[in-house]
Amino acid sequence: RRDVLLLTPWLAPIVWEGTFSRDILDAQYVQKDLVTGVVTFAGEKYWFFIEGFMRSANKYFLAGHQVNFYLFTDSPEKISPLQMAPENHLFVIPVQNCSGWQDISTSRMDIISTYIHSQLQHEVDYLYCIDIHVQLLAHIGVEIIDALVATISSWQFTPHGGNNARETRPEAQAASPEGQWDFHYTASFYGGSVSEVYKLARACSEGVMEDREKGVEARWCDESHLNEYLVHRKPTRLLSPEYCWDTGL
Amino acid sequence: ILPRKISFNISYLQTFLCSHRAIAGSGKVHYLPYYLPCPEIFSMKLQYTEEKLIQLFPQLFYQQPRVLAPKRQDVLTVTPWLAPIVWEGTFNPEILDSAYRPLNLTIGVTAFAVGKYTRFVRRFVESAEQHFMRGYQVKYYIFTDSPGAIPQVQLQPGRRLVTVPIQKFSGWQEISMRRMEAISRHVAEVSHREVHYLFCLDIDMVFHNPWGPETLGDLVAAIHPGYFQVPREQFPYERRSSSAAFIPEGEGDFYYGGAVFGGLVRKVYEFTRTCHMTILADKANGIMAAWQEESHLNRHFLSHKPSKLLSPEYIWDDRKPKPPEICLIRFSTVDKNYKEVRD
Repeated sequence: RRDVLLLTPWLAPIVWEGTFSRDILDAQYVQKDLVTGVVTFAGEKYWFFIEGFMRSANKYFLAGHQVNFYLFTDSPEKISPLQMAPENHLFVIPVQNCSGWQDISTSRMDIISTYIHSQLQHEVDYLYCIDIHVQLLAHIGVEIIDALVATISSWQFTPHGGNNARETRPEAQAASPEGQWDFHYTASFYGGSVSEVYKLARACSEGVMEDREKGVEARWCDESHLNEYLVHRKPTRLLSPEYCWDTGL
Repeated sequence: ILPRKISFNISYLQTFLCSHRAIAGSGKVHYLPYYLPCPEIFSMKLQYTEEKLIQLFPQLFYQQPRVLAPKRQDVLTVTPWLAPIVWEGTFNPEILDSAYRPLNLTIGVTAFAVGKYTRFVRRFVESAEQHFMRGYQVKYYIFTDSPGAIPQVQLQPGRRLVTVPIQKFSGWQEISMRRMEAISRHVAEVSHREVHYLFCLDIDMVFHNPWGPETLGDLVAAIHPGYFQVPREQFPYERRSSSAAFIPEGEGDFYYGGAVFGGLVRKVYEFTRTCHMTILADKANGIMAAWQEESHLNRHFLSHKPSKLLSPEYIWDDRKPKPPEICLIRFSTVDKNYKEVRD
Protein backbone atom coordinates (compact mmCIF):
# COMPACT_ATOMS: atom_id res chain seq x y z
CA ARG A 1 0.00 0.00 0.00
CA ARG A 2 1.71 3.13 -1.20
CA ASP A 3 -1.34 5.33 -1.46
CA VAL A 4 -2.03 5.73 2.23
CA LEU A 5 -0.27 6.70 5.42
CA LEU A 6 0.84 3.60 7.31
CA LEU A 7 2.49 5.20 10.32
CA THR A 8 1.47 8.17 12.40
CA PRO A 9 4.11 10.81 13.21
CA TRP A 10 4.43 9.15 16.61
CA LEU A 11 5.10 5.79 14.94
CA ALA A 12 1.78 4.11 15.68
CA PRO A 13 0.83 1.78 12.82
CA ILE A 14 -2.33 2.52 10.82
CA VAL A 15 -4.02 -0.73 9.87
CA TRP A 16 -5.15 -1.00 6.26
CA GLU A 17 -6.08 -4.08 4.27
CA GLY A 18 -2.99 -5.53 2.66
CA THR A 19 -0.50 -4.24 5.20
CA PHE A 20 -0.39 -7.17 7.59
CA SER A 21 -0.35 -10.93 7.86
CA ARG A 22 -3.17 -12.19 10.05
CA ASP A 23 -1.43 -15.57 10.43
CA ILE A 24 1.63 -14.09 12.09
CA LEU A 25 -0.51 -11.90 14.34
CA ASP A 26 -2.79 -14.81 15.27
CA ALA A 27 0.21 -16.88 16.31
CA GLN A 28 1.45 -14.05 18.53
CA TYR A 29 -2.01 -13.52 20.06
CA VAL A 30 -2.57 -17.18 20.83
CA GLN A 31 0.75 -17.40 22.67
CA LYS A 32 -0.39 -14.81 25.17
CA ASP A 33 -3.70 -16.49 26.06
CA LEU A 34 -5.82 -13.35 25.92
CA VAL A 35 -9.52 -12.64 26.21
CA THR A 36 -11.11 -9.75 24.36
CA GLY A 37 -14.45 -8.14 25.14
CA VAL A 38 -16.90 -6.12 23.08
CA VAL A 39 -19.18 -3.55 24.64
CA THR A 40 -22.24 -2.33 22.79
CA PHE A 41 -25.37 -0.40 23.66
CA ALA A 42 -28.88 -1.04 22.41
CA GLY A 43 -31.09 1.76 23.67
CA GLU A 44 -34.84 1.93 23.31
CA LYS A 45 -34.86 2.66 19.60
CA TYR A 46 -31.96 0.39 18.69
CA TRP A 47 -33.12 -3.03 19.93
CA PHE A 48 -33.97 -3.84 16.33
CA PHE A 49 -30.28 -3.79 15.39
CA ILE A 50 -29.24 -6.29 18.02
CA GLU A 51 -29.73 -9.48 16.06
CA GLY A 52 -27.96 -8.22 12.95
CA PHE A 53 -25.05 -6.90 14.96
CA MET A 54 -24.63 -10.02 17.07
CA ARG A 55 -24.83 -12.30 14.09
CA SER A 56 -22.20 -10.43 12.10
CA ALA A 57 -19.94 -9.82 15.11
CA ASN A 58 -20.18 -13.44 16.18
CA LYS A 59 -19.10 -14.49 12.71
CA TYR A 60 -16.47 -11.90 11.90
CA PHE A 61 -15.07 -10.38 15.07
CA LEU A 62 -11.90 -12.18 16.15
CA ALA A 63 -13.26 -15.42 14.72
CA GLY A 64 -11.63 -18.42 16.35
CA HIS A 65 -10.67 -16.55 19.53
CA GLN A 66 -12.63 -16.18 22.72
CA VAL A 67 -14.77 -13.01 22.72
CA ASN A 68 -17.09 -11.84 25.51
CA PHE A 69 -19.94 -9.67 24.26
CA TYR A 70 -21.46 -7.26 26.77
CA LEU A 71 -24.78 -5.96 25.55
CA PHE A 72 -26.19 -3.05 27.56
CA THR A 73 -29.87 -2.52 26.91
CA ASP A 74 -32.95 -1.05 28.51
CA SER A 75 -35.24 -3.62 26.91
CA PRO A 76 -33.71 -7.03 27.65
CA GLU A 77 -37.07 -8.71 27.18
CA LYS A 78 -37.04 -7.86 23.49
CA ILE A 79 -33.90 -9.84 22.79
CA SER A 80 -34.49 -13.16 21.12
CA PRO A 81 -32.10 -16.01 21.95
CA LEU A 82 -28.94 -15.72 19.89
CA GLN A 83 -26.77 -18.51 18.64
CA MET A 84 -23.18 -17.83 19.71
CA ALA A 85 -19.98 -19.46 18.51
CA PRO A 86 -18.71 -22.02 21.06
CA GLU A 87 -15.76 -19.88 22.18
CA ASN A 88 -17.85 -16.69 22.57
CA HIS A 89 -20.07 -15.55 25.41
CA LEU A 90 -22.93 -13.07 25.50
CA PHE A 91 -23.84 -11.10 28.62
CA VAL A 92 -27.02 -9.04 28.48
CA ILE A 93 -26.86 -6.22 31.00
CA PRO A 94 -30.02 -4.21 31.69
CA VAL A 95 -29.59 -0.44 32.11
CA GLN A 96 -32.00 2.25 33.18
CA ASN A 97 -34.44 3.53 30.62
CA CYS A 98 -33.39 6.99 29.42
CA SER A 99 -35.57 8.93 27.06
CA GLY A 100 -34.07 10.30 23.91
CA TRP A 101 -31.04 9.20 21.98
CA GLN A 102 -28.91 11.99 23.32
CA ASP A 103 -29.19 10.75 26.89
CA ILE A 104 -28.19 7.20 26.21
CA SER A 105 -25.21 8.33 24.25
CA THR A 106 -24.00 10.66 26.95
CA SER A 107 -24.34 8.01 29.63
CA ARG A 108 -22.36 5.43 27.72
CA MET A 109 -18.94 6.53 28.89
CA ASP A 110 -20.11 6.58 32.46
CA ILE A 111 -21.64 3.11 32.19
CA ILE A 112 -18.52 1.73 30.53
CA SER A 113 -16.15 3.09 33.15
CA THR A 114 -18.31 1.91 36.03
CA TYR A 115 -18.65 -1.54 34.58
CA ILE A 116 -14.96 -1.90 33.84
CA HIS A 117 -14.17 -0.99 37.39
CA SER A 118 -16.67 -3.36 38.94
CA GLN A 119 -16.46 -6.34 36.65
CA LEU A 120 -14.88 -6.20 33.21
CA GLN A 121 -11.30 -5.66 34.36
CA HIS A 122 -11.37 -9.14 35.83
CA GLU A 123 -12.88 -10.79 32.80
CA VAL A 124 -11.05 -9.44 29.76
CA ASP A 125 -7.60 -8.20 28.78
CA TYR A 126 -8.71 -6.05 25.86
CA LEU A 127 -12.00 -4.27 25.36
CA TYR A 128 -13.62 -2.71 22.30
CA CYS A 129 -16.63 -0.43 22.17
CA ILE A 130 -18.64 -0.81 19.00
CA ASP A 131 -21.87 0.91 18.03
CA ILE A 132 -24.85 -1.41 17.64
CA HIS A 133 -25.64 -0.14 14.17
CA VAL A 134 -22.22 -1.15 12.84
CA GLN A 135 -22.45 -4.09 10.48
CA LEU A 136 -19.35 -6.22 10.17
CA LEU A 137 -18.98 -7.31 6.58
CA ALA A 138 -15.59 -8.97 6.67
CA HIS A 139 -13.22 -10.46 9.18
CA ILE A 140 -11.83 -8.20 11.84
CA GLY A 141 -8.99 -9.98 13.52
CA VAL A 142 -6.21 -9.57 16.04
CA GLU A 143 -4.62 -6.79 14.03
CA ILE A 144 -6.80 -4.49 16.15
CA ILE A 145 -5.26 -5.60 19.46
CA ASP A 146 -3.03 -2.95 21.04
CA ALA A 147 -2.94 -0.73 24.14
CA LEU A 148 -5.08 2.15 22.83
CA VAL A 149 -6.80 1.83 19.47
CA ALA A 150 -8.96 4.30 17.58
CA THR A 151 -10.56 4.22 14.14
CA ILE A 152 -10.13 7.05 11.67
CA SER A 153 -13.54 8.40 10.83
CA SER A 154 -14.68 7.87 7.27
CA TRP A 155 -16.28 11.32 7.40
CA GLN A 156 -12.87 12.84 6.71
CA PHE A 157 -13.06 11.61 3.16
CA THR A 158 -16.16 13.48 2.07
CA PRO A 159 -16.26 17.14 1.04
CA HIS A 160 -18.53 18.19 3.93
CA GLY A 161 -17.68 15.57 6.50
CA GLY A 162 -14.46 17.16 7.71
CA ASN A 163 -16.23 20.25 8.99
CA ASN A 164 -19.34 18.65 10.42
CA ALA A 165 -17.52 16.49 12.86
CA ARG A 166 -15.58 19.19 14.65
CA GLU A 167 -16.95 20.87 17.70
CA THR A 168 -16.93 24.63 17.11
CA ARG A 169 -18.39 26.11 20.29
CA PRO A 170 -15.57 27.14 22.62
CA GLU A 171 -17.59 26.62 25.80
CA ALA A 172 -17.93 22.96 25.16
CA GLN A 173 -15.24 21.02 26.94
CA ALA A 174 -14.36 19.13 23.84
CA ALA A 175 -13.54 22.13 21.66
CA SER A 176 -10.03 22.08 20.30
CA PRO A 177 -8.28 24.80 18.32
CA GLU A 178 -7.63 24.16 14.66
CA GLY A 179 -4.23 22.66 14.12
CA GLN A 180 -4.27 20.44 17.18
CA TRP A 181 -6.20 17.48 15.87
CA ASP A 182 -4.24 14.71 14.20
CA PHE A 183 -7.07 12.68 12.78
CA HIS A 184 -10.75 12.58 13.41
CA TYR A 185 -11.63 9.39 15.20
CA THR A 186 -15.07 7.79 15.21
CA ALA A 187 -16.77 6.85 18.44
CA SER A 188 -18.34 3.85 16.73
CA PHE A 189 -15.26 1.66 17.13
CA TYR A 190 -12.47 2.17 19.62
CA GLY A 191 -10.81 0.16 22.34
CA GLY A 192 -7.59 -1.20 23.73
CA SER A 193 -6.33 -2.71 26.94
CA VAL A 194 -8.94 -2.67 29.65
CA SER A 195 -6.94 -0.19 31.76
CA GLU A 196 -6.54 2.28 28.89
CA VAL A 197 -10.20 2.06 27.94
CA TYR A 198 -11.08 2.68 31.57
CA LYS A 199 -9.00 5.86 31.66
CA LEU A 200 -10.52 7.03 28.40
CA ALA A 201 -14.10 6.34 29.51
CA ARG A 202 -13.56 8.08 32.83
CA ALA A 203 -12.06 11.17 31.23
CA CYS A 204 -14.82 11.38 28.63
CA SER A 205 -17.62 10.87 31.14
CA GLU A 206 -16.16 13.60 33.33
CA GLY A 207 -16.04 15.90 30.32
CA VAL A 208 -19.65 15.10 29.51
CA MET A 209 -20.67 15.78 33.12
CA GLU A 210 -18.95 19.16 33.10
CA ASP A 211 -20.60 20.13 29.85
CA ARG A 212 -24.00 19.14 31.18
CA GLU A 213 -23.53 21.30 34.26
CA LYS A 214 -22.76 24.27 32.06
CA GLY A 215 -25.84 23.47 30.03
CA VAL A 216 -23.82 22.77 26.94
CA GLU A 217 -24.37 19.71 24.81
CA ALA A 218 -21.34 18.70 22.75
CA ARG A 219 -22.71 18.27 19.28
CA TRP A 220 -21.52 14.78 18.68
CA CYS A 221 -21.38 13.79 22.35
CA ASP A 222 -19.02 10.92 22.93
CA GLU A 223 -17.15 11.50 19.71
CA SER A 224 -16.01 15.03 20.58
CA HIS A 225 -14.82 13.99 23.98
CA LEU A 226 -13.11 10.94 22.57
CA ASN A 227 -11.20 13.06 20.09
CA GLU A 228 -10.21 15.58 22.71
CA TYR A 229 -8.82 12.80 24.89
CA LEU A 230 -6.90 11.23 22.03
CA VAL A 231 -5.05 14.43 21.19
CA HIS A 232 -3.04 14.15 24.36
CA ARG A 233 -3.12 10.40 24.89
CA LYS A 234 -2.32 9.38 21.39
CA PRO A 235 -3.48 5.95 20.27
CA THR A 236 -0.83 3.25 19.97
CA ARG A 237 -2.58 1.89 16.89
CA LEU A 238 -5.03 3.33 14.40
CA LEU A 239 -7.58 1.49 12.30
CA SER A 240 -8.25 2.81 8.82
CA PRO A 241 -11.77 3.89 7.88
CA GLU A 242 -12.15 0.44 6.29
CA TYR A 243 -12.91 -0.81 9.78
CA CYS A 244 -15.96 1.37 10.28
CA TRP A 245 -17.26 2.79 7.06
CA ASP A 246 -20.45 4.76 7.51
CA THR A 247 -22.81 3.52 4.81
CA GLY A 248 -24.70 6.78 5.08
CA LEU A 249 -21.95 8.41 3.04
CA ILE B 1 5.72 -19.30 15.84
CA LEU B 2 7.91 -21.73 17.77
CA PRO B 3 11.46 -22.38 16.71
CA ARG B 4 11.92 -25.62 14.85
CA LYS B 5 13.15 -28.69 16.63
CA ILE B 6 16.07 -29.36 14.39
CA SER B 7 18.25 -31.60 16.49
CA PHE B 8 18.17 -33.35 19.82
CA ASN B 9 20.23 -30.53 21.33
CA ILE B 10 17.53 -27.98 20.68
CA SER B 11 14.77 -30.17 22.03
CA TYR B 12 16.48 -30.63 25.36
CA LEU B 13 17.32 -26.94 25.46
CA GLN B 14 13.64 -26.20 25.08
CA THR B 15 12.82 -28.64 27.82
CA PHE B 16 15.30 -26.83 29.97
CA LEU B 17 13.65 -23.53 29.16
CA CYS B 18 10.24 -24.88 30.11
CA SER B 19 11.40 -26.36 33.35
CA HIS B 20 13.32 -23.23 34.21
CA ARG B 21 10.15 -21.21 34.05
CA ALA B 22 8.43 -23.57 36.41
CA ILE B 23 11.23 -23.41 38.96
CA ALA B 24 10.97 -19.63 39.40
CA GLY B 25 14.32 -18.66 40.79
CA SER B 26 15.11 -21.53 43.09
CA GLY B 27 18.54 -21.76 41.46
CA LYS B 28 18.48 -25.45 40.72
CA VAL B 29 19.30 -26.57 37.23
CA HIS B 30 18.61 -30.14 36.27
CA TYR B 31 18.94 -30.55 32.54
CA LEU B 32 22.09 -28.70 31.55
CA PRO B 33 24.86 -31.08 30.56
CA TYR B 34 28.09 -30.65 32.51
CA TYR B 35 30.07 -29.00 29.75
CA LEU B 36 27.76 -25.97 29.40
CA PRO B 37 29.16 -23.23 31.63
CA CYS B 38 27.58 -20.48 33.76
CA PRO B 39 24.28 -21.91 34.82
CA GLU B 40 23.85 -19.42 37.63
CA ILE B 41 22.71 -16.51 35.47
CA PHE B 42 19.86 -18.59 34.10
CA SER B 43 18.23 -18.84 37.47
CA MET B 44 18.45 -15.22 38.47
CA LYS B 45 15.19 -13.45 39.07
CA LEU B 46 15.50 -9.81 38.15
CA GLN B 47 13.80 -6.78 39.61
CA TYR B 48 13.54 -4.21 36.86
CA THR B 49 13.39 -0.46 37.19
CA GLU B 50 9.78 0.56 36.75
CA GLU B 51 8.69 0.36 33.14
CA LYS B 52 7.15 3.45 31.67
CA LEU B 53 4.52 3.48 28.97
CA ILE B 54 3.81 6.59 26.96
CA GLN B 55 1.14 8.38 28.84
CA LEU B 56 0.77 11.99 27.99
CA PHE B 57 1.54 14.08 24.94
CA PRO B 58 1.65 17.74 25.95
CA GLN B 59 0.22 20.49 23.79
CA LEU B 60 2.18 20.96 20.60
CA PHE B 61 1.40 22.69 17.37
CA TYR B 62 2.44 20.88 14.24
CA GLN B 63 1.26 20.16 10.76
CA GLN B 64 -1.69 17.80 10.60
CA PRO B 65 -0.76 14.36 9.28
CA ARG B 66 -2.48 13.52 6.02
CA VAL B 67 -3.99 10.10 5.67
CA LEU B 68 -3.82 10.02 1.88
CA ALA B 69 -0.36 11.51 1.57
CA PRO B 70 2.32 9.31 3.09
CA LYS B 71 5.72 10.99 3.17
CA ARG B 72 7.62 7.83 2.34
CA GLN B 73 6.10 5.91 -0.54
CA ASP B 74 9.34 4.38 -1.71
CA VAL B 75 9.99 2.08 1.23
CA LEU B 76 8.18 -0.36 3.50
CA THR B 77 7.25 1.44 6.70
CA VAL B 78 5.34 -1.29 8.52
CA THR B 79 6.13 -4.99 8.82
CA PRO B 80 3.50 -7.70 8.24
CA TRP B 81 3.15 -7.99 12.00
CA LEU B 82 2.49 -4.24 12.24
CA ALA B 83 5.80 -3.20 13.74
CA PRO B 84 6.93 0.22 12.50
CA ILE B 85 10.08 0.49 10.37
CA VAL B 86 11.76 3.77 11.23
CA TRP B 87 12.86 5.86 8.25
CA GLU B 88 13.44 9.58 7.95
CA GLY B 89 10.08 11.16 7.21
CA THR B 90 7.97 8.59 9.02
CA PHE B 91 8.08 10.29 12.39
CA ASN B 92 8.02 13.69 13.99
CA PRO B 93 10.92 13.97 16.45
CA GLU B 94 9.28 16.81 18.37
CA ILE B 95 6.15 14.83 19.16
CA LEU B 96 8.17 11.87 20.35
CA ASP B 97 10.52 14.01 22.42
CA SER B 98 7.57 15.75 24.05
CA ALA B 99 6.23 12.41 25.20
CA TYR B 100 9.46 10.69 26.19
CA ARG B 101 11.50 13.46 27.83
CA PRO B 102 9.22 13.85 30.87
CA LEU B 103 9.54 10.14 31.63
CA ASN B 104 13.05 10.66 32.96
CA LEU B 105 14.45 7.60 31.23
CA THR B 106 17.96 6.29 31.28
CA ILE B 107 19.19 4.68 28.08
CA GLY B 108 22.05 2.21 28.31
CA VAL B 109 24.56 1.48 25.55
CA THR B 110 26.84 -1.55 25.49
CA ALA B 111 29.87 -1.66 23.22
CA PHE B 112 32.82 -4.03 23.15
CA ALA B 113 36.36 -2.66 22.80
CA VAL B 114 38.64 -5.67 23.00
CA GLY B 115 42.30 -5.76 21.92
CA LYS B 116 42.98 -3.21 19.21
CA TYR B 117 39.33 -2.13 19.11
CA THR B 118 39.95 0.28 21.96
CA ARG B 119 41.16 2.74 19.34
CA PHE B 120 37.54 3.25 18.21
CA VAL B 121 36.19 4.29 21.58
CA ARG B 122 36.94 7.99 21.39
CA ARG B 123 35.20 8.62 18.09
CA PHE B 124 32.28 6.42 19.06
CA VAL B 125 31.65 8.23 22.34
CA GLU B 126 32.34 11.72 21.00
CA SER B 127 29.90 11.25 18.12
CA ALA B 128 27.36 9.68 20.49
CA GLU B 129 27.59 12.73 22.69
CA GLN B 130 26.63 14.82 19.71
CA HIS B 131 23.90 12.67 18.17
CA PHE B 132 22.73 9.80 20.40
CA MET B 133 19.64 10.50 22.54
CA ARG B 134 20.45 14.17 23.08
CA GLY B 135 18.77 15.50 26.16
CA TYR B 136 18.35 12.10 27.78
CA GLN B 137 20.31 10.36 30.50
CA VAL B 138 22.69 7.84 29.00
CA LYS B 139 24.98 5.23 30.51
CA TYR B 140 27.76 3.84 28.34
CA TYR B 141 29.03 0.39 29.26
CA ILE B 142 32.34 -0.22 27.49
CA PHE B 143 33.33 -3.88 27.81
CA THR B 144 37.08 -4.21 27.53
CA ASP B 145 40.07 -6.31 28.44
CA SER B 146 42.24 -3.23 28.91
CA PRO B 147 40.40 -0.56 30.91
CA GLY B 148 43.54 1.58 30.93
CA ALA B 149 43.37 2.00 27.18
CA ILE B 150 39.91 3.59 27.31
CA PRO B 151 40.24 7.37 26.84
CA GLN B 152 38.51 9.88 29.11
CA VAL B 153 35.92 11.61 26.97
CA GLN B 154 34.10 14.78 28.01
CA LEU B 155 30.41 13.91 28.54
CA GLN B 156 27.25 16.03 28.62
CA PRO B 157 25.51 16.34 32.00
CA GLY B 158 23.37 13.34 32.94
CA ARG B 159 25.60 10.95 31.00
CA ARG B 160 28.15 8.53 32.38
CA LEU B 161 30.65 6.03 31.06
CA VAL B 162 31.81 2.91 32.89
CA THR B 163 34.22 0.23 31.77
CA VAL B 164 33.29 -3.40 32.30
CA PRO B 165 36.28 -5.75 32.50
CA ILE B 166 36.04 -8.88 30.38
CA GLN B 167 38.33 -11.66 29.39
CA LYS B 168 40.01 -11.56 26.00
CA PHE B 169 39.30 -14.68 24.00
CA SER B 170 41.34 -16.08 21.16
CA GLY B 171 40.09 -15.23 17.72
CA TRP B 172 37.78 -12.40 16.71
CA GLN B 173 34.86 -14.78 16.08
CA GLU B 174 35.02 -16.02 19.65
CA ILE B 175 35.20 -12.49 20.99
CA SER B 176 32.19 -11.55 18.85
CA MET B 177 30.07 -14.47 19.99
CA ARG B 178 30.94 -14.10 23.66
CA ARG B 179 29.25 -10.71 23.57
CA MET B 180 25.84 -12.29 24.08
CA GLU B 181 27.02 -14.01 27.22
CA ALA B 182 28.72 -10.88 28.52
CA ILE B 183 25.71 -8.66 27.88
CA SER B 184 23.19 -11.01 29.48
CA ARG B 185 25.42 -11.51 32.47
CA HIS B 186 25.93 -7.78 32.88
CA VAL B 187 22.21 -7.08 32.59
CA ALA B 188 21.50 -9.67 35.27
CA GLU B 189 24.12 -8.29 37.60
CA VAL B 190 24.10 -4.56 36.97
CA SER B 191 22.30 -2.78 34.18
CA HIS B 192 18.76 -4.00 34.84
CA ARG B 193 18.80 -1.73 37.87
CA GLU B 194 20.32 1.26 36.13
CA VAL B 195 18.64 1.68 32.77
CA HIS B 196 15.17 1.36 31.23
CA TYR B 197 16.22 0.72 27.66
CA LEU B 198 19.44 -0.83 26.41
CA PHE B 199 21.11 -0.69 23.01
CA CYS B 200 23.91 -3.05 22.05
CA LEU B 201 26.10 -1.44 19.42
CA ASP B 202 29.34 -2.19 17.65
CA ILE B 203 32.21 0.06 18.75
CA ASP B 204 33.88 0.46 15.37
CA MET B 205 31.16 2.83 14.22
CA VAL B 206 30.35 6.51 14.35
CA PHE B 207 27.17 8.59 14.70
CA HIS B 208 26.60 11.13 11.94
CA ASN B 209 23.01 12.21 12.48
CA PRO B 210 20.39 12.23 15.23
CA TRP B 211 19.41 8.99 16.90
CA GLY B 212 16.50 9.71 19.21
CA PRO B 213 13.46 8.26 21.00
CA GLU B 214 11.98 7.08 17.70
CA THR B 215 14.25 4.08 18.22
CA LEU B 216 12.79 3.10 21.60
CA GLY B 217 10.62 0.03 21.72
CA ASP B 218 10.12 -3.29 23.48
CA LEU B 219 12.44 -5.21 21.18
CA VAL B 220 14.30 -3.36 18.44
CA ALA B 221 16.32 -4.75 15.55
CA ALA B 222 18.01 -3.03 12.61
CA ILE B 223 17.92 -4.03 8.95
CA HIS B 224 21.36 -4.91 7.63
CA PRO B 225 22.52 -2.41 4.97
CA GLY B 226 23.84 -5.10 2.69
CA TYR B 227 20.61 -7.06 2.37
CA PHE B 228 17.61 -4.76 2.41
CA GLN B 229 17.28 -4.79 -1.36
CA VAL B 230 17.64 -8.51 -1.98
CA PRO B 231 15.19 -11.41 -1.75
CA ARG B 232 15.30 -13.76 1.24
CA GLU B 233 16.95 -16.58 -0.72
CA GLN B 234 20.09 -14.46 -0.78
CA PHE B 235 20.13 -13.68 2.93
CA PRO B 236 23.27 -15.16 4.52
CA TYR B 237 21.29 -17.10 7.09
CA GLU B 238 22.88 -20.21 8.55
CA ARG B 239 21.73 -22.94 6.15
CA ARG B 240 23.17 -26.04 7.82
CA SER B 241 20.42 -27.88 9.65
CA SER B 242 22.79 -29.07 12.37
CA SER B 243 23.15 -25.52 13.68
CA ALA B 244 20.80 -23.97 16.23
CA ALA B 245 20.72 -20.86 14.05
CA PHE B 246 19.38 -22.78 11.04
CA ILE B 247 16.77 -21.03 8.90
CA PRO B 248 15.45 -23.11 6.00
CA GLU B 249 14.93 -21.79 2.47
CA GLY B 250 11.64 -20.03 2.05
CA GLU B 251 11.63 -18.58 5.54
CA GLY B 252 12.78 -15.25 6.89
CA ASP B 253 11.40 -11.73 7.07
CA PHE B 254 14.51 -9.53 6.94
CA TYR B 255 18.22 -9.88 7.45
CA TYR B 256 19.02 -8.08 10.67
CA GLY B 257 22.46 -6.71 11.50
CA GLY B 258 24.33 -7.81 14.60
CA ALA B 259 25.83 -4.35 15.07
CA VAL B 260 22.60 -2.81 16.39
CA PHE B 261 19.85 -4.23 18.57
CA GLY B 262 18.11 -3.16 21.72
CA GLY B 263 14.88 -2.57 23.58
CA LEU B 264 13.53 -2.74 27.09
CA VAL B 265 16.20 -4.06 29.37
CA ARG B 266 14.23 -7.19 30.27
CA LYS B 267 13.64 -7.99 26.60
CA VAL B 268 17.33 -7.55 25.81
CA TYR B 269 18.11 -9.87 28.70
CA GLU B 270 15.80 -12.61 27.40
CA PHE B 271 17.12 -12.18 23.90
CA THR B 272 20.84 -12.23 24.70
CA ARG B 273 20.36 -15.13 27.09
CA THR B 274 18.60 -17.20 24.44
CA CYS B 275 21.25 -16.40 21.85
CA HIS B 276 23.95 -17.35 24.30
CA MET B 277 22.27 -20.70 24.82
CA THR B 278 21.90 -21.41 21.12
CA ILE B 279 25.56 -20.47 20.62
CA LEU B 280 26.50 -22.94 23.35
CA ALA B 281 24.37 -25.61 21.73
CA ASP B 282 26.30 -25.10 18.51
CA LYS B 283 29.58 -25.28 20.40
CA ALA B 284 28.53 -28.58 21.86
CA ASN B 285 27.89 -29.76 18.33
CA GLY B 286 31.23 -28.47 17.09
CA ILE B 287 29.72 -25.99 14.66
CA MET B 288 30.06 -22.23 14.31
CA ALA B 289 27.31 -20.31 12.52
CA ALA B 290 28.08 -18.57 9.23
CA TRP B 291 28.05 -15.06 10.71
CA GLN B 292 28.58 -15.91 14.35
CA GLU B 293 26.12 -14.31 16.72
CA GLU B 294 24.46 -12.42 13.88
CA SER B 295 23.11 -15.75 12.58
CA HIS B 296 21.75 -16.59 15.99
CA LEU B 297 20.24 -13.12 16.26
CA ASN B 298 18.45 -13.64 12.96
CA ARG B 299 17.17 -17.04 14.04
CA HIS B 300 15.80 -15.56 17.24
CA PHE B 301 14.13 -12.61 15.54
CA LEU B 302 12.40 -14.94 13.12
CA SER B 303 10.59 -16.70 15.95
CA HIS B 304 10.28 -13.71 18.29
CA LYS B 305 9.52 -10.82 16.02
CA PRO B 306 10.87 -7.41 16.99
CA SER B 307 8.32 -4.78 17.97
CA LYS B 308 10.18 -2.11 16.02
CA LEU B 309 12.65 -2.12 13.16
CA LEU B 310 15.28 0.46 12.34
CA SER B 311 16.00 1.15 8.69
CA PRO B 312 19.58 0.87 7.39
CA GLU B 313 19.96 4.60 8.19
CA TYR B 314 20.72 3.35 11.69
CA ILE B 315 23.27 0.72 10.69
CA TRP B 316 25.12 1.80 7.60
CA ASP B 317 28.31 0.59 5.98
CA ASP B 318 30.28 3.49 4.53
CA ARG B 319 31.85 1.28 1.92
CA LYS B 320 28.45 0.91 0.23
CA PRO B 321 27.24 3.53 -2.25
CA LYS B 322 24.24 5.44 -0.89
CA PRO B 323 20.97 4.56 -2.69
CA PRO B 324 18.21 7.20 -3.03
CA GLU B 325 16.07 5.53 -0.34
CA ILE B 326 18.69 6.34 2.28
CA CYS B 327 18.19 10.06 2.89
CA LEU B 328 20.23 10.27 6.01
CA ILE B 329 22.98 8.14 7.49
CA ARG B 330 22.84 8.16 11.26
CA PHE B 331 25.24 5.46 12.36
CA SER B 332 27.88 3.78 10.20
CA THR B 333 31.11 1.88 10.12
CA VAL B 334 34.52 3.43 10.46
CA ASP B 335 36.85 2.67 7.60
CA LYS B 336 39.47 0.23 8.80
CA ASN B 337 41.89 -2.46 7.81
CA TYR B 338 40.04 -5.58 8.99
CA LYS B 339 43.06 -7.85 8.83
CA GLU B 340 45.23 -5.58 10.91
CA VAL B 341 42.73 -4.77 13.61
CA ARG B 342 41.49 -8.34 14.09
CA ASP B 343 45.01 -9.55 14.77
